[in-house]
Amino acid sequence: MYGGGYIFDEPNKKQLREEQQHDEPEKLAAFEERIAKGEKIEPGDWMPVEYRRQLIRLIEQHAHSEIIGALPEGTWITRAPGFKRKLALIAKVQDEIGHGQLLYNAAETLGKSREAMINDLLSGKSKYSNVFNYPAETWADVAVIGFLIDAAAIVNQVANAKGSYGPYCRALERICYEESFHLKQGHDAFIELATGTPAQKAMLQDALNRWWQPIMHFFGPPDKASSHSEKLMQWKVKMASNDDMRNQFLDSYVPKIWELGMTLPDPALKKNAETGKWEYTDPDWEEFFRVINGGGPCNAERLQVRKWAEEQGRWVRKALMKPTEKRALPVA
Amino acid sequence: MINQAAIKDLIIKMADDELIQGHRNSEWTGLGPVMEEDIAFSSMAQDKIGHAWALYRILHEDLGGEDPDRFAFLRPEKEYRSAHLVEMPNGTYDFSLMRHFLFDQAETIRYESMQESSFESLRLLSKKVKGELKYHTLHANAWVMQLSKAGEESYGRMQQALNDTIALAAGLFEASPEHEAALIEDKVYPGEAELYRRWLDRIYPVLVKASLNLPAITAIKPVYGGRQGIHTIHLQPLLKEMSEVFNLDAEAGW
Repeated sequence: MYGGGYIFDEPNKKQLREEQQHDEPEKLAAFEERIAKGEKIEPGDWMPVEYRRQLIRLIEQHAHSEIIGALPEGTWITRAPGFKRKLALIAKVQDEIGHGQLLYNAAETLGKSREAMINDLLSGKSKYSNVFNYPAETWADVAVIGFLIDAAAIVNQVANAKGSYGPYCRALERICYEESFHLKQGHDAFIELATGTPAQKAMLQDALNRWWQPIMHFFGPPDKASSHSEKLMQWKVKMASNDDMRNQFLDSYVPKIWELGMTLPDPALKKNAETGKWEYTDPDWEEFFRVINGGGPCNAERLQVRKWAEEQGRWVRKALMKPTEKRALPVA
Repeated sequence: MINQAAIKDLIIKMADDELIQGHRNSEWTGLGPVMEEDIAFSSMAQDKIGHAWALYRILHEDLGGEDPDRFAFLRPEKEYRSAHLVEMPNGTYDFSLMRHFLFDQAETIRYESMQESSFESLRLLSKKVKGELKYHTLHANAWVMQLSKAGEESYGRMQQALNDTIALAAGLFEASPEHEAALIEDKVYPGEAELYRRWLDRIYPVLVKASLNLPAITAIKPVYGGRQGIHTIHLQPLLKEMSEVFNLDAEAGW
């Protein structure tokens, strides 16, 4: 899954504007013409400084989201009830790590190594999807994540797969294909609980109530509040607005949730028959920014687990390095 | 007529080992030293758990056993027949890797020996899993070899891991005295003592190539007990965790 619609940017704009001015006007025009014609940009091609920077940010955050996203569900692998659910969940989480690997590779083509990206993740400089800073408290959370967060991610990733950067698009095509299976297993587990015993239904309702706000946050702040996305849309880095993606998600999935007799914790949630758009109570956007800046319930825990893995694995990575190589290569 | 009680005993041992080893492998998901190893261990976890499921299904379908999910997840600890090796916590990667090497070589030998088993379901399953195990042992051999030759720290860790696991791994070949003779006579498989000899023949060349110090065979004191329901302190918490959701309502569908 898991690239949210929101790309975190460091508050460092002045210097970047200056850098951007160094782009040669003729090259920039030719570049923008290629994109307008629907051509893909490949690693060796000329690209504006800002395009490269934004793409690294986007793909890197997406990759981090995959490997951090493996953690909340990963803790349920050992507890999954029965062979079918257990095998599906391991396979799913394994896919997410694989997506992380694909995406790090795609980001590396833009000139930032996997090690540098992981270091930025661990230092807190680089972000990942906020949604993984919330705890998966019960088995029903696994069903909600597998169904709705994977669904939300698919909306975002299907859009991004039509973007302008070749390696990212190709990675996303494969990722979306696998995600559609994840969504199926999530939906299946969700239905099992929604049609199960009263205790199972209550467990699912509780999970939905807790996850609804993070899901609404998933696509990022409302369009009226987000700045500088026009250029990114022209360059086909960002392929759909946050509000449009949120609306598309609500349109596809709210009816499915309601059909199963479950409710959502927003009395204002309804589709406007005239505009065809969904109306809802704005989620707490201050909470969104608080969590992205490290103040969520699980930020510290998630990074601590990653740090543990990095530290425990250091001797292995060192052992894989040959004196002449700077980077660790897997042997198998 | 093959001795049914003996077959059941053999299959439960095999299945419980696979289930618990798969559980341990799956605990590496998201935590491996490199992403590629995360993926490898979770992939092997799926295979092991898949083998366990297949074996529990044989018990259920051919031998009148319980529903595979209930049998696998809801038995009291005493009724499990897993070896102590697979029950041990993952520890650090060196321990997990060496266990993976020793376990997968043992599993390979076991299934190879059942290619001509007189018990049809085991014969068919052993042919099916052979292909998967080839990749598990390739993976284990490559990593053991690489890490044992990658400098002092890495070598030291691999040697220590071998010292820590070899007697536990030898315990995989604990025979059930009351059933062993019948299984050999009925040509279900060649018996634990024979498998143990074949396993040593298989692992020693790899360990020699990895330049590790080998324990003298006579000095290995296999850790037995698992096959009689005597387990390490690590099994009970593992089972509690594994059945946590199921036990909320064992009659419900999940």
